[in-house]
Amino acid sequence: MDEAKRSFLKRSIALLGASGLLTSRTKGAVAAEPPDVPPWMKSPGAGLNEYGAPAKYEGKVTRTLIRSQPGTTGSGAARAPLEALDGMITPSGLHFERSHSGVPDIDPDKHRLLIHGMVKRPLIFTVDALMRYPMVSRIHFLECAGNSQFLYQPTPPSLTAGQTHGLVSCSEWTGVPLRLLLEEAGVERGAPWILAEGADAAAMSRSIPMAKAMDDAMLALFQNGERLRPENGYPVRLFLPGWEGNMSVKWLRRLKVVPAPIMTKDETSRYTDLQADGKSLMFTYPMEVKSVITRPSHGMTLKGSGLYQISGIAWSGDGTITRVEVTTDGGRTWVDAPLGTPVLPRALTRFRLPWRWDGGATVLKSRATDDTGARQPEREPFIAEHGNNAIFHCNAIQAWSVAASGEVKHVYA
Amino acid sequence: MSMRDLAWGAIALVAVGCAAATAVETPNLGRPATPAEMSGWDISVGPDGIGLPSGSGTALKGATVYEQKCQACHAVKGGGQPNDRLVGGQGSLAGKAPVRTIGSYWPYATTVFDYVRRAMPYTQPQSLTDDEVYAVTAYLLNLNGIIGERDEMNAQTLPRVKMPNRDNFIVVDPARRR
Repeated sequence: MDEAKRSFLKRSIALLGASGLLTSRTKGAVAAEPPDVPPWMKSPGAGLNEYGAPAKYEGKVTRTLIRSQPGTTGSGAARAPLEALDGMITPSGLHFERSHSGVPDIDPDKHRLLIHGMVKRPLIFTVDALMRYPMVSRIHFLECAGNSQFLYQPTPPSLTAGQTHGLVSCSEWTGVPLRLLLEEAGVERGAPWILAEGADAAAMSRSIPMAKAMDDAMLALFQNGERLRPENGYPVRLFLPGWEGNMSVKWLRRLKVVPAPIMTKDETSRYTDLQADGKSLMFTYPMEVKSVITRPSHGMTLKGSGLYQISGIAWSGDGTITRVEVTTDGGRTWVDAPLGTPVLPRALTRFRLPWRWDGGATVLKSRATDDTGARQPEREPFIAEHGNNAIFHCNAIQAWSVAASGEVKHVYA
Repeated sequence: MSMRDLAWGAIALVAVGCAAATAVETPNLGRPATPAEMSGWDISVGPDGIGLPSGSGTALKGATVYEQKCQACHAVKGGGQPNDRLVGGQGSLAGKAPVRTIGSYWPYATTVFDYVRRAMPYTQPQSLTDDEVYAVTAYLLNLNGIIGERDEMNAQTLPRVKMPNRDNFIVVDPARRR
């Protein structure tokens, strides 16, 4: 047999193995079961490559695109598949995205950041210049103000954990403390607000209180160790830990120090929270304490009674998670779920709890508490207080029903 | 110099020393921005009218601009479909199905100018002239019954327009509810 034929035969056997067609000596077993040697050990694997991608078998783990505005492709949101993830960090490629007029294609060499308004020295920075500034790294969640908004609906929508709560993600963000650049520009004493504006086609803009800008605000350049993804603000975004996501203006091009809020579209007609009495809450910045069980969750089916591990995430824009309680009997009893370390302020916190399912129908819920003492409310009193039309800032408890069949569903309970 | 002055001087020196030790040194790589550069980029308009350009427009003129540039997405007379409804809904906010439009919800007329100029039309943002933006803003305010069809909107008149829902916003920050 010549070399080419031998190579072809090898590839054919490998393909048969991969497709499960190769018969095993044990009837009904797959090829990789012992005592057979699995096919991927019988020839060298794939070559090195320059940028890794998820395993092809994980191709179904994707963001869920929830409608863009009619006639547009980039004015909407894509949600992180929380039910398929574990740990506290969201992979950059699955981090939720929310854009108001698409993702701009920005050449970093041509991008500029202007700082002006009530400053002694109006300044223009290149991205190269920003890269020379002292940087810090912080692990923080980012959450869209509209996350979990489906819980405002009168009936529970048939949606997965990611589809309801996947407008939250968590990354290690690295960048320049905003304070350093504001000090160089020389902010006038007592100047109270900053208008932040993006370089997208909506020139998306928000007014930021100076106290936050001088506290923990960052000009983020890196996400999870690499430069920002385009959909998350490449080449530079504002990052305001704990506050509603749209204020962390992406593709940041302009900061104007101003005497009063500009009252932009996205702080008046949007991202204000309409209450049942017709009044609206405005400037509701921090995202409230919240948690959700990601496994098991809607769309999954438990395979028989026995031991499972409940896993979920908790977070608070006001501080650090101190406690997550879980009920596996529809709220009759609650137990503390151990928190995975590190537990960081304004970061996703993983909780896990062993649970022995007796095979009966039940309801699972989690509720988080933060270090300000705030505790996540049940949905019913939350809706009684805020009504069904606020759209934003819903932190009500999420319930999943487990049927005797093992089927897990989104319920209000 | 008394001993007391010396002591205070020493304390001051220590304080300066500490500040220098904790302050982060930065490379000062920003270049000065010129007035022309700043005015070219500064498109934000505050509720007090700061940032509004010269120019003007009326609802009568705005109707034509709207039909050409806005109607395809927002329907005849701002009725909505396929995209956001811009007109009507006043009195609906406390009901079961609130309709949020410029007329029923937006607290400031200046926001209409600011947003239309920076972001609309969706496929051609920042393509309208300032006169066209004033005119479309006037048209949308007129359709909502807030100004007359011949009322001229300009840098002086627009900030004085009182929006119907202006007093129904409760500022929450920084003293957050718990």
